[in-house]
Amino acid sequence: MSTTASHQVTAGFMPLFDSAVLVAADEMGFAAREGIALKLHRETSWANIRDRIAIGHFDVAHMLGPMPLACSLGLTPLASETIVPFSLGLGGNCVTVSNAVWEGMAAHGVVPDLDPARAGAALGALIRERAAAGREPLRFAVVHPHSGHNYELRYWLAACGIDPDRDIEIVIVPPPFMTDALAAGRIDGYCVGEPWNSAAVAAGIGRIVTVKALLWRNSPEKVVGARRSWAEENPETLAALLRALHHSARWCQAPANRSELAALMARPDFLGQPEAIQMPILTGQLQLGAGEARNVEDFFLPFDKAANFPWKSHALWFYTQMVRWGQLAHTPQNLAIARDCYRPDLYRSALKPLGVALPGANAKVEGALKVATPVGSAGASLVLGPDGFFDGQIFDPDRIDAYIAGQKRA
Amino acid sequence: MSAGSLAILVIDENRIRASIIEAGLRDAGHRHVTVVHDVAGIARRIAEIEPDVIVIDLENPNRDMLENMFQLSRAVKRPIAMFVDRSDQASIEAAVDAGVSAYVVDGLKKERIKPILDMAISRFNAFSSMARELEEARSELENRKVVDRAKGILMKSRGLSEEAAYALLRKTAMNQNRKIAEIAQSLVTAAGLLGPLEGE
Repeated sequence: MSTTASHQVTAGFMPLFDSAVLVAADEMGFAAREGIALKLHRETSWANIRDRIAIGHFDVAHMLGPMPLACSLGLTPLASETIVPFSLGLGGNCVTVSNAVWEGMAAHGVVPDLDPARAGAALGALIRERAAAGREPLRFAVVHPHSGHNYELRYWLAACGIDPDRDIEIVIVPPPFMTDALAAGRIDGYCVGEPWNSAAVAAGIGRIVTVKALLWRNSPEKVVGARRSWAEENPETLAALLRALHHSARWCQAPANRSELAALMARPDFLGQPEAIQMPILTGQLQLGAGEARNVEDFFLPFDKAANFPWKSHALWFYTQMVRWGQLAHTPQNLAIARDCYRPDLYRSALKPLGVALPGANAKVEGALKVATPVGSAGASLVLGPDGFFDGQIFDPDRIDAYIAGQKRA
Repeated sequence: MSAGSLAILVIDENRIRASIIEAGLRDAGHRHVTVVHDVAGIARRIAEIEPDVIVIDLENPNRDMLENMFQLSRAVKRPIAMFVDRSDQASIEAAVDAGVSAYVVDGLKKERIKPILDMAISRFNAFSSMARELEEARSELENRKVVDRAKGILMKSRGLSEEAAYALLRKTAMNQNRKIAEIAQSLVTAAGLLGPLEGE
């Protein structure tokens, strides 16, 4: 393998922990070993990331999972064909509420166990109580309209009988501003990735009520988005990059590397946040507030359980939620665009020479695996799931019309 | 509608830069220019102002929030064509390089927004070069101060004239292939460590 950088790749990222696989690919030398000179640019908003991919400033970028879909479907100001050849991890988000909302929920039976159904029932009761008293609806924040955060928060609320458009207000707040907005009372809760939940707990201003990993076990989060024209013109560079990211992701997952990874991400040019605050995402040992702690299995997976495979069923589930919340019309053409956006074929062809385990299918029935299950794959063995939704629903990408028809607002 | 009848909202946390952009827009004949420094409560302001064009710094992390508000707000019809025009890659790149981004309310012709954006870009660039010059001038001043102090130390400890003290600094700098200001700084630091040579 070449040690001289023959491919230049410019990549944008947001200061969030799940950019770690990209950051480590550069800093730990995985990119250089594949002949890639990776140039990382820290950005300040998802809108910038999206626009800079669209006009060619970035070849690839750390992106919200649904964002490349939104770009390709023309939901963004600058439409651009953006594809997903690699996922950066599963899980990693939490729902955090203010201490006042927690007190209100506690009166309706919430306990610090992260159980989504119990927390949702308590929140619903609090919302009805407030409405009856003529008080303003609660205001929750997510990071972007086309984000896993927005869809999982809405999914959770709706499944618990709360209409996310009528019963509460959802606003957009940049991740680093979440804790300040909560402390100032501008918002009552939020769904965001780490470390911005643990940060609120550490500051004593909020409580973690549930986590993405319990709403939808092993669910998709950030991805690597690539401008389609760039990917088509530079297939060898893309393949080399994907191999570098594969090695980097494996390094990030290994428990032995946790403290080194936390120290790396703590640097001012990446997160600029103390190492200690980054350990919960790596260990799954969350402080929930008021001294309560829980260990969450599969809280964040940068590599294990095929975390980097860009499942078409993940893209299609995001698509169903765009339709559900009125962002998009369900048409055969839109469905086809969504289906073509995630590219397991590119992932598979890039990693094949490594002889690593690769799923044989491009999509799976989400929610079908109740326990961790070894699956048939090329090469070595591969373990998937469990992947259940907390309300027991199943998403079968082959029965998408029925799934969309069955979606309720609340 | 004349050029001056467009309502333009400039969102910039940097007050100096915002005022430079505002002045440029007014010079170009735009009479309805509003500048906002803080995005808190921006939804209400936008409803009041009903801007045709919004100019915002790309470095402002609230871009995501602003975009979403446009999508939800009834006050601003479904807006956002962004930057100048989708097909105009060069203009978009120029805007991005300058750090400026413009939101254009639906229906506004691109010929009308182009000059506004061009102006904003040139003002952004003017601010950047001004900020750079300011920085250079400030470090020049700092350098002069430290050289003066170093000269003072040499004059006092070696009994040199001001001219001779400066010549010694310059010679040392040349011999060590460093800047005079660096030599002066080393001397001032060393003097600080070694004791009360100066009446401090």
